[in-house]
Amino acid sequence: MRIPNSYKVAALALMAVAGTGASANAQLRVVATTPDLASLAREIGGSAVTVTALAKPTEDPHFVDAKPSHIVTLNRAEALIEGGAELELGWLPPLLENSRNAKISAGAPGRIVASEGIRLLEKPTGFDRSKGDVHSLGNPHFLIDPMNAKIIARQVAEHFAQIDPKSAAAYRANLAKFNATVETKLAGWEQQLAPYRGAKVVTYHKDFVYLAPRFGLMVLETLEPKPGIAPSPAHLAMVIGKMKANKARVILIQPYQNRRTAETVARQTGAVVLDVSQQPGGRPNTGSYFAMMDNLVNTLAAALRAQR
Amino acid sequence: MKGILLVGALLLAAPCFGLAQTPAERARRDSVARVDSIAKADSIALVQQLEKELGAAAGDTGTATAQPRATGGYMNIGFVALTDAGWSTEPDVASLQLGDHDPRVRGFTVPNAELALDGAVDPYFKGFANIVFKLDENGETGVELEEVYLLTTSLPYNLQLKAGQFFTEFGRQNPQHPHSWAFVDQPLALNRMFGPEGLRSQGLRLSWLLPTPFYTEALLSVANSRGGTTWSFRSDESGEIHGGVPIERKVEDLGEMLIVPRIATSFDVSETQTLLLGASAAFGPNNSGPSASTRVYGVDAYWKWKPAAAQAGFPFLSMQAEALFRSYEAAQRESADDPTVTLPQETLKDRGAYAQLLWGIKPRIVAGIRGDWARGDDAVSQTPLRADRFRLSPNFTWYPTEFSKFRVQYNYDDRTGIGSDHSLWFQFEFLLGAHAAHKF
Repeated sequence: MRIPNSYKVAALALMAVAGTGASANAQLRVVATTPDLASLAREIGGSAVTVTALAKPTEDPHFVDAKPSHIVTLNRAEALIEGGAELELGWLPPLLENSRNAKISAGAPGRIVASEGIRLLEKPTGFDRSKGDVHSLGNPHFLIDPMNAKIIARQVAEHFAQIDPKSAAAYRANLAKFNATVETKLAGWEQQLAPYRGAKVVTYHKDFVYLAPRFGLMVLETLEPKPGIAPSPAHLAMVIGKMKANKARVILIQPYQNRRTAETVARQTGAVVLDVSQQPGGRPNTGSYFAMMDNLVNTLAAALRAQR
Repeated sequence: MKGILLVGALLLAAPCFGLAQTPAERARRDSVARVDSIAKADSIALVQQLEKELGAAAGDTGTATAQPRATGGYMNIGFVALTDAGWSTEPDVASLQLGDHDPRVRGFTVPNAELALDGAVDPYFKGFANIVFKLDENGETGVELEEVYLLTTSLPYNLQLKAGQFFTEFGRQNPQHPHSWAFVDQPLALNRMFGPEGLRSQGLRLSWLLPTPFYTEALLSVANSRGGTTWSFRSDESGEIHGGVPIERKVEDLGEMLIVPRIATSFDVSETQTLLLGASAAFGPNNSGPSASTRVYGVDAYWKWKPAAAQAGFPFLSMQAEALFRSYEAAQRESADDPTVTLPQETLKDRGAYAQLLWGIKPRIVAGIRGDWARGDDAVSQTPLRADRFRLSPNFTWYPTEFSKFRVQYNYDDRTGIGSDHSLWFQFEFLLGAHAAHKF
């Protein structure tokens, strides 16, 4: 049999590097697709886990590059927390396909799909892309409701306890602590925003849909005419008219959204553009999930108070 | 007195407190209780109950209530169609635009309408199929089973096996489908080494993700070396490379399979920059003679910059470049032009390279420029497909959404012995069904 020499060399090189698998780490290696999920994982995992987020806090979670370094991160993960509801559909599947990690394959205890325990809003009844890039399972930006954070935290704690039984007690204790913090914090946030019940806000994307009912706010309009569709002048004119008629003077903008469009609308309506982030780390003083929520509520309350 | 006043004040204040605090407090407590009850409930039991209810409802009405879903069914179905339109100073456009999915005539071309199917077969395999429909220069419909393969999902030691027919993993662009190309046409270097349809064949591919701290993947493909999609190997059209009459050549041993090793590695140069480098080779027999063989070598690089706070992935800058070298052993053979002439044994050496720069200016708008170059060393047999050639292609693409695109591209062509040509091409693409995820 004739096999080219270069092929033999390649095969030898491959064999030479084989068998140097990653050594076992005492800490559970957790990967989260987005920083908000990563923050929850840190709250629940505490010192028993190391957590890596794939998306940057300033990055649109719909449009993350499927960088090869993410393949390596996923290959070595013991648990993966994804948002689900098609949030990561554009980039996670090819990464997972190449990560070859059975521990985080669909249905494995190491695979945590945050959306699975959540009652998703805006679930479409039919599928029609002329309505924009609507996620077929519902709106995936649910973590902005602290009650949903509790549901996810519980799911995370259960999975962690299952795959890492030696730290199960710690995970449960951390969960109890997390839930207590949510209770306390939520009471405070609700109190802060209580005077502004019924206030109308405008957002860029449909990403504050879960925040509004929790705090009695109303998302009047989005600058995007349809999810994922760039704002058109006609649509913005409509939004401006509606904002004026409804005295809506707050526009919420995340780091990856077009601030200039928001500024234009704000100029015409006397509104204020609020730089907020749903991702911990996306703005200054938003290092953790709680800091991010604190920042969001403080910013909102301050702006709404100023407009009284 | 003081006490009476205090009690009075309290009595007065109480309703106010009640109005200001109690409903909000109650609402909060209610919502907390409601969500807590959901959180505490066993989610599996909830789902089962929900399914039972759905099933009962279906049974009652006697109609299926299964919800259609864009994804997540047993199979994802996607359909992508490209339409080209344009003009070239070369009347025989097919002699200029050599790729099978290039615009091939003055006027309109539908060079690629692709039905893509994929899904999990079972816990061990994923399955993929790409069925391509295309209209040729005469408006005739051609159908090809472009790709159909199984991919393992649970092999040990970070291994992964692909089996079936698939684009050979050589370089960066060869395994990509036309709708993910950044330009209207196939790079000249790939056309020269791998023919109009690129390199693909039936075989096996083993991949190993190395346990290095950065991404390194080693791949080895073993495939059949026969057919129009193995252009530099046992292809019926190999006469266009060596000018002779191809012989009928059977596979005698494993060395006469097409063997393609590849190694790829990637680094995040900074928070916002990623570099991907690869080296590939392809070895196999060719049918210029009974023991002639071909070797193709290639290196490829891809670099991308995207700022930390990009809007829908924009702006960005990316650079992609590949360089290929082919050494084609042409055996002593009968000339295709004149049966009385015997062409001598010779080694045909070809090189080709392209580099393309893309600038995502603002959301959904990309400007690109590509330089293409290919040359063949002198040989006794002179064939047009080995002649020196240069092409420069600036283009501009507008993506109304991720599911559609408009592209306009100008090609300046310079073919040695023929001269220069100018072409202007428009391209429209639409995508239906399953959202194609973007590989890096």
